[in-house]
Amino acid sequence: METVVKLDLALFEGLCRLGDSTLVLGHRVSEWCGHAPVLEEDIALANVALDLIGQTQLWLGLAGEVEGRGRDADALAFRRDVWEFRNLLLVERPNGDFGQTLMRQFLFDAWHQPMLKALEGSNDARIAEIAAKAGREVAYHLERSADLVIRLGDGSEESHKRMQTALDTLWPYTGEMMASDATDCALAEAGVMPAPDSIRPQWEALVGEVLGEATLKAPESAYMHKGGKQGTHSEHLGHMLATMQWLQRAYPDAKW
Amino acid sequence: MYAQMVKSEATTEDPEKLAAFQARIDAGEKIEPKEWMPEGYRKTLIRQIGQHAHSEIVGQLPEGNWITRAPTLERKAILLAKVQDEAGHGLYLYCAAETLGVSRDELTEALLSGKMKYSSIFNYPTLNWADIGAVGWLVDGAAIMNQVPLQRTSFGPYSRAMIRICKEESFHQRQGYDIMMKMAQGSPEQKAMAQDALNRFWYPSLMMFGPSDKDSVHSAQSMAWKIKINTNDELRQKFVDQTVPQAEYLGLTIPDPELSWNEEKGGYDFSEPDWSEFFEVIKGNGPCNAERMEARQKAWDEGAWFREGLMAHAAKRAARKIAAE
Ligand SMILES: [Fe+2]
Ligand SMILES: [Fe+2]
Repeated sequence: METVVKLDLALFEGLCRLGDSTLVLGHRVSEWCGHAPVLEEDIALANVALDLIGQTQLWLGLAGEVEGRGRDADALAFRRDVWEFRNLLLVERPNGDFGQTLMRQFLFDAWHQPMLKALEGSNDARIAEIAAKAGREVAYHLERSADLVIRLGDGSEESHKRMQTALDTLWPYTGEMMASDATDCALAEAGVMPAPDSIRPQWEALVGEVLGEATLKAPESAYMHKGGKQGTHSEHLGHMLATMQWLQRAYPDAKW
Repeated sequence: MYAQMVKSEATTEDPEKLAAFQARIDAGEKIEPKEWMPEGYRKTLIRQIGQHAHSEIVGQLPEGNWITRAPTLERKAILLAKVQDEAGHGLYLYCAAETLGVSRDELTEALLSGKMKYSSIFNYPTLNWADIGAVGWLVDGAAIMNQVPLQRTSFGPYSRAMIRICKEESFHQRQGYDIMMKMAQGSPEQKAMAQDALNRFWYPSLMMFGPSDKDSVHSAQSMAWKIKINTNDELRQKFVDQTVPQAEYLGLTIPDPELSWNEEKGGYDFSEPDWSEFFEVIKGNGPCNAERMEARQKAWDEGAWFREGLMAHAAKRAARKIAAE
């Protein structure tokens, strides 16, 4: 009995990690709306944000169901505070210039795509189903972000410099995606979600290939930030939530 | 409208050619980009389509202002989809304008230098969440009034762009009205937001159709060319007649004490908007003109390295291909 309860708890955590990451990244991407460098990018970014928000509805919807306390996806998205969020630190990094936004997207997509592929093999059918649907969308995100990283890395002197700066800045936030804690271990042992480090070989191969073509160099330093998955965030997340959750918090009884 | 006060260009071509051209239009034929057309027709269309395209692009900003604050995931997704559509409309229209021999970059530069305008409506702020409802309901509603007849416009690419755009517009209006419904039937605060939004957007929406043009020579020429289908007053009347019952259904009050049903004309009598305010907004003195242009200028300037980077890459690739051959 004890282990069942624990697995349920781990499952809730694991689903929040997925749903919060898509929520926070979707929010960040949507901040670009109307401000992108070309019209085609406005359209593409809105598309990515839309997919990520849709995936959030599914992951957090399932999280609420698993939790069984009557919270739906909106309650989880709009009524939890910073320390209850389980997203990766990478996705809460501010947008920066367009190069940073693209690099963040690529580093995430390169993890997201193989992660979803592995989740399709989950022994929880609900998870496998969401992963399959999300996977089709994310394959396109990855194709696009990888292509742009290559073109801008191997572009003009300035675009190269900006992409390298973006890579240097964001690199220390990538380790968390492949690092395991007790929750990850419990989920992996139960066959519900893949062990994070099992994604590493694919991530490294993909990132290595794209950076090579882009003539960009990953930093030597091995230091990696962590904490997002456990609820220890950067200062940025609180400001994002203040914006995102404001209406729900100011008018808690309202229906929208 | 999205294209307000577009001046038509005088034409000095061969009268015989002009008559043949006019006959084609009168017969309901579509004019295609490679075919002969009067210079005035071309220039007027560039101005009108360009202004329409700019309006779609600048129009992303007042709604984008609420994407990060949308109150539910569903509302956020719907609003994102809607604003994305508007960017797509901009793209169709720039493409239609390009067939007339003007590039998107040229049009963008004309917008940023102030040589070209966009609709006055997007210089008004979105201050509470119900504004997003009001924009969909009233602003897209007014746009539809104008765009539905423009599907029959004489210039082929413009007409086809309008057909695609109109398919998406009804969803825009519906989602706006749906937000208004929720707000109007919600808590007292929500109801107050809905009424406040209507109060602020009513007259600016009426201004979208532009001042009366029943005596305008420009309009007469544009109507003969079928690049304008109805007069501004006709469309405004139609809009009021459609919208008043919708406001009543919502339980909201149109901020016009003179509004009353006129049995004889089979439509509402209503107050004119303050046209001096309209001309100030057009001149650049609306509440958000400076912010809107600043945002577009910033996107353009800060995107320069991105656009140049892509071009540099394309050039490198082409050079490599030649070297390999
Ligand atoms: Fe539109
Ligand atoms: Fe629209």
